[in-house]
Amino acid sequence: MNGFLIVDHVTMDFGGVRAIDDLSFEVYKGEIYGLIGPNGAGKTTIFNIITGNLKPTKGRIILEGEDITGIKPNEAVYKGIARTFQNIRLFKSMSVLDNILIGFDSKAKYSYFEAILRLPRYFKYEKIIREKAYELMDIFGIREFEDSLATELSYGNQRKVEIARALATGPKLLLLDEPAAGMNPKETAELSDIIHKIKKDFDLTILLIEHDMKFVNAMCDRVTVLDYGEKIFEGKPSEAIVNEKVIAAYLGDFSNA
Amino acid sequence: MSKLIRNLILIAATIAFIVWAQNNLEPYTLRIVNNIGIFLILALSYNLINGVTGQFSLEPNGFVAIGAYFTALMLIPPEVKLDMFALTDPAPIVMKMHASFLPAILTGGIAAAFVALLLSFPVFRVRGDYLAIVTLGFGFIIRIFAINNPEYTNGALGLNDIPQIANLYWIGGIALITFITMIHIIYSKYGRAMKSVRDDEDAATAMGINTFKIKTLAFMTSAFFEGVGGGLLASYLSTITPDQFSFLLTFQLLIIIVLGGLGSMTGTVVSTILVMGGMEWLRFLDDDITIFGYDFGAHPGLRMVVFSILLIVMMLFAREGLFGNKELPDILKKFKKLKKSKV
Repeated sequence: MNGFLIVDHVTMDFGGVRAIDDLSFEVYKGEIYGLIGPNGAGKTTIFNIITGNLKPTKGRIILEGEDITGIKPNEAVYKGIARTFQNIRLFKSMSVLDNILIGFDSKAKYSYFEAILRLPRYFKYEKIIREKAYELMDIFGIREFEDSLATELSYGNQRKVEIARALATGPKLLLLDEPAAGMNPKETAELSDIIHKIKKDFDLTILLIEHDMKFVNAMCDRVTVLDYGEKIFEGKPSEAIVNEKVIAAYLGDFSNA
Repeated sequence: MSKLIRNLILIAATIAFIVWAQNNLEPYTLRIVNNIGIFLILALSYNLINGVTGQFSLEPNGFVAIGAYFTALMLIPPEVKLDMFALTDPAPIVMKMHASFLPAILTGGIAAAFVALLLSFPVFRVRGDYLAIVTLGFGFIIRIFAINNPEYTNGALGLNDIPQIANLYWIGGIALITFITMIHIIYSKYGRAMKSVRDDEDAATAMGINTFKIKTLAFMTSAFFEGVGGGLLASYLSTITPDQFSFLLTFQLLIIIVLGGLGSMTGTVVSTILVMGGMEWLRFLDDDITIFGYDFGAHPGLRMVVFSILLIVMMLFAREGLFGNKELPDILKKFKKLKKSKV
């Protein structure tokens, strides 16, 4: 047990439904780890458990040797965990710049009264986080949209804003929930370049959920395949797509047909 | 820097207007301006919790009442209190309460903020419209408390002879401070956090924002300024009764902030002036109406009918209020950009 993130015998029950069944896997520092499986396999549930949105029925989540099971979701950010959502969830009424500035919330260290009285610390930290936000927007190539409402952007660009916003929190572990969903092949290729780049630049470990196997193949060092909350495969993505159990889970079992 | 100069000019102009109005306006007009000032304080702060933070709340009448009663009890001299309390003797603590004007209104504000803090523990732990229900009930409780505890509030008779210290300098000045405070909050990380809670609470949490803390902060800030506004109202009117703080007050403020745009402080300023000024301006409708020499007679209440129709028409054409959830400078900025891109 020396992984960066350890999911240790996690079980999650929703009433009578077992969404995750005794799942264990380890993510090493600096790798891109894929979580794949058919709809309803429990992938997003695992994300919600890691970020503290759900408390597992059994089992532990360990990040860098620290047990973070059942942590409060907003405190997970302080532990260095950031996430994106499956169905992009940007702040609709706010500009792209403001959306990213929200991510820097914990980095702007001025109090409520310092903000109201506009004391020097307010200006100092607002300047710092704005500069960082512009840097992030440059990396993703979305600076021209800074004043646009986040929802006015194309789907691909909204994804970028969401990832940029997650990066703004300064994570060590980035959880991406279907980052390539709804993107055309060109956008997907662009996205995988960006993910590789930010992984290197920000020294990240990435855990991602994805359906697009081509994307997974190009991105992930290792994958875990889930089916009905159980791990049916762990290893290289290239091996996963030829594995009988994985094929059966995705396409159905034809052996009895 | 041009922004700073523009802001300074605006502030100077507002102060110049306050000084001019206090010294030159006839009493009736001055009264309307004062009324607008007090409602500005209340509507701006109400918009922070309801519009910016997006927590549907019906609290202003309760907090205004708290601020008004605290301020009134602190301003009225003890010997006057003894005379005034007709139903029972005033409670010892009431006799001890005494302060000069500024501490008195601040105490009213702090008392309201403290009650807001107590309310937020049960209310903000759950999501949904509980806040509206709880604050609605809270407003009724405060009123009933005021009626049924004559040793503190002189019951339904209310408090009279409150020293009339609040004038337009106080009211206008505090309205200006309230506006600047709200704008400063909105354009800071706290304002952004409040808006993020309104837009998507889960995503806000995922950004590390403690949504409970942010909602409580917004609620307490609203309550503070509503309490201060209540204190000004008490001192300005020099008499208060429990019935003044009925749900109608909240309702009137709700109309103002919805009309101005939920989440827009500049919109609230415009709509407060429109609604409060408009109600006065439409007063001629309650008088005898003569059209082309035919006397239609007087129809008291016609003013409210016309006013309601005007509101409905406005809401039909500007569903999100005058300025939506944006501030005027941001709208102008976007408009300029749009114009540029078309050229």
